[in-house]
Amino acid sequence: MKIVNQSLPKMDGISLVTGKPVYTDDLAPKEALVVKVLRSPHPHALITSIDKGRAEKMPGVVCVLTHQDVIRKPFTRAGQAYPEMSPHDKFLLDHRVRHVGDDVAIVAAIDEKTAEKALKMIKVTYEMQPMVLDMETADTMPPIHPEEDIKALANFGHDPAHNIAGRVDFELGSVDEVMPECPVVVTHTYKTQGQAQAMMETQRTYSYLDVYGRLVIVSSTQIPFHVRRILGNALDLPLSKIRVIKPRIGGGFGSKQTVHSEFYPALVTMITGKPAKIVYTRREVFRGTTSRHAMTFDITLGADRDGKIRAIDMKGIWDTGAYGEHAATTLGSAGKKVLTLYNKVEASRFSGKAVYTNHVPGGALRGYGVTQGIFALESAMNELAETLDMDPVALREKNMIRKGETTKLYNMVTKGAGDAPMYMDSCLLEECVSRGKALINWDQKRITPQRHGNKVRGVGMAISQQGSGLPNIDMAAATLKLNDDGFFNLALGSTDIGTGADTILTQIAAEALGVSMDKIVLYTADTDVTPFDSGAYASSTTYTTGNAIIDAADKMKSAIVTAAAAYFQTTEEHISYQGDQLICYHPEDSITLADFANKITYSTMHQQLCVTGSFIPKKAAPPYMAGFAEVEVDLETGKVTPIDFVGVVDCGTPINPRLASVQAEGGIVQGIGLALYEEATYTRTGKLIQDTFMQYKIPGRADVGKVRVELLDGYDETGPFGAKSIGEVVLNTVAPAIADAIHHACGVRIRQLPATPEKVFMALREKTLDKK
Amino acid sequence: MKLNTTINGMPKNLEIRPDDYLVDVLRANGYLGVRQGCDTGNCGVCTVHLDGKSVLSCVLLAIKAEGHEITTIEGVPQQAATIANFFVEQGADQCGYCTSGTVMNILYMEQLVEDPTEEEIKHFLKGNLCRCTGYASQLRAIQAYFNLRRQQKSEGQVPRGGYEDENRKPESP
Ligand code: FES
Ligand code: FES
Repeated sequence: MKIVNQSLPKMDGISLVTGKPVYTDDLAPKEALVVKVLRSPHPHALITSIDKGRAEKMPGVVCVLTHQDVIRKPFTRAGQAYPEMSPHDKFLLDHRVRHVGDDVAIVAAIDEKTAEKALKMIKVTYEMQPMVLDMETADTMPPIHPEEDIKALANFGHDPAHNIAGRVDFELGSVDEVMPECPVVVTHTYKTQGQAQAMMETQRTYSYLDVYGRLVIVSSTQIPFHVRRILGNALDLPLSKIRVIKPRIGGGFGSKQTVHSEFYPALVTMITGKPAKIVYTRREVFRGTTSRHAMTFDITLGADRDGKIRAIDMKGIWDTGAYGEHAATTLGSAGKKVLTLYNKVEASRFSGKAVYTNHVPGGALRGYGVTQGIFALESAMNELAETLDMDPVALREKNMIRKGETTKLYNMVTKGAGDAPMYMDSCLLEECVSRGKALINWDQKRITPQRHGNKVRGVGMAISQQGSGLPNIDMAAATLKLNDDGFFNLALGSTDIGTGADTILTQIAAEALGVSMDKIVLYTADTDVTPFDSGAYASSTTYTTGNAIIDAADKMKSAIVTAAAAYFQTTEEHISYQGDQLICYHPEDSITLADFANKITYSTMHQQLCVTGSFIPKKAAPPYMAGFAEVEVDLETGKVTPIDFVGVVDCGTPINPRLASVQAEGGIVQGIGLALYEEATYTRTGKLIQDTFMQYKIPGRADVGKVRVELLDGYDETGPFGAKSIGEVVLNTVAPAIADAIHHACGVRIRQLPATPEKVFMALREKTLDKK
Repeated sequence: MKLNTTINGMPKNLEIRPDDYLVDVLRANGYLGVRQGCDTGNCGVCTVHLDGKSVLSCVLLAIKAEGHEITTIEGVPQQAATIANFFVEQGADQCGYCTSGTVMNILYMEQLVEDPTEEEIKHFLKGNLCRCTGYASQLRAIQAYFNLRRQQKSEGQVPRGGYEDENRKPESP
């Protein structure tokens, strides 16, 4: 391997850092109408009247649209393969609003200020409806989706009459039989908050009609092909009339796996025929898009006294907010990609329900449910270790999955898996744990917490896995074209949202074709031009799209060999493709790829070689990680300061080790935000309090301590050149490891994130009071 | 109303409204390297220089630039490219959206703090948020950049100071 497993620089890096105009709003036509959305101030209400007359008459206003002007048809905004697993429970500009920030009306005007003024001129009268703000009792409340025509295309127990967006239940063995036999049982409840994706570039889109009258959407999205389909569905347009293009993306983390900013300019362009654009404000992102689903999980673990875990029971409630976007799928991931870590249990059970509330909708956020499930289960594991008086590392070592092992659960939870055991042949979790333990100096630091005055340091750990793409669900394709002069166009529908995917995928193509990087010209994501790709989510790009490229490269090589055989007037078995050269053994001859490409383009043969490969994952290929945290707790204030975080990751063979490491560093810091800083709370009237960066605190560079990442030298035979994924797994261990480090430092358990100074301080106080 | 100002060395006379923020005026006039991540002055993405000092253009009314000199990342192409090389070398260029603001603030830091320590870098740039990188790679890149500058200075190549000392070609977008 010459090109993969090399830390090559990101191809677009210099342009991005030096401020070149490459993002959506930089490219929007200057004359585009500016679109703004009027959003609901109420968590749950019916619109009884809406008067747009004054707004429409304002000079500079081009159109004002309300529910009376648009088609009423249920759809889901969740970007998932069709049929979507999220219920079709959303209407464009509905007459019922279901959360503060829900869309009510839109204005298009010649500039932003006019549009904003016009929003204020729209008179809406609301009739309040009962608010559902507590997920625990949501299923006893009047439904927030009483309409008849909403529907679920997939069977996840959608029961809107009881505010249930979906259920996930599965069981291996019988927990009811095994649990009572266990001499040690621990049960605790854990809660995580509605974390925001907080990508730096907010959602934004512009649209125009092309010369054929087709609707062109240029959008900051992770899912161009799903955008095309979802827009077609919502606006009742044939997909052939829509083209979706994605430029550079200023971060996604799942936020742009749900269609949001695309609808409104699209509507305006369809109605007015004019280009239109929308740029979401930060507050609009917080209130009007999605966040990580908040959850409550009850975990019960049953073990023998020697630390052998025999049964795990996870029971949870998932707050999907006003719409069921990504509800059942994130919920399911919280069990499926979590319980499989402990493959030696006799029984494990998962039962969860996702409920509708009048909160900001849940959605996709890096980790996609696994983050929440791992926080709950790994926290419980650490508490079990304490109960058993056992080292948490030793507890993991005794119970976690290892190389070459499997569990029936993998078959149960992987679509289309069949019965044949899925062995985790590439699993290096054991090495992740032992290496991380050494790097943080666990054995020494875990004995006694170090204390300096009022500050105490402790260490904690957790493990995690994730998926690599979605087996038998998500597909990627790659088109390769050989040009004169011997270079290739590589067209992909995948989206680099900042991860370096474009560079990584070019490395894969160059390696597979045996040519240098500069012989590959990549073009990504234009639904008219590039082949299908599900999109940048589920940690799939390197694995799924990478494999599609290898398939395309194989096809290209054999197409070249076939053409070369004709050129040399021989048969294919006498031709050897060697990247820059084609060798013919009989008759003995050779030609450079460049000359050959010129020949078939211009002279001898006149043909265009163009092939498309595709790939769909068949088997779970989870990446694994062990995370070790060291924190300092100020006993006087309850403030927790991260000191050191060690993440050791098994992502198979990293295609680009440096980009993979930086992915991991970034994911860990998002985990630190989840663990310590990022609060999402609501007023009693259902308004999200932290709805700007003033109140919602993502970690800054002085808030994160040292972050250290080591990638192990793994290899998964199903991955492109041995690669598995890395994008999401890296976030998950942070919160439970930090929570355990806090406990190690000062003896308090934080079971509800984030571990703010206030929570830690109160818990410390309670502890001292208990002692007295 | 009119705004008389200098942008990247070029005198400009721009039509603005009294309540326009500088970021919007700059972007509307083609300085698209100025990006925006919030509108509350909390993320640093919109950082530009006013008379050589970092300001947050999302909370600064454009009219405040009357008679002053604005520098955007387009005005410091060589310096930006030098820093960008270190960012790219360290993989600190993920989505890249935050980086033009960070680069501008690095250049400002350079004028105030000679040879900054790790702590000084973290402190000085703490208003520049990045959601992608986790900052570690940025720190490595920034340290490498200052190592280069130290070396250049000790070899007498560059006088002390940021862009002000270098030959800037007026550049309009
Ligand atoms: S855009 Fe100005 S500080 Fe965020
Ligand atoms: S690189 Fe994406 S926000 Fe900094």
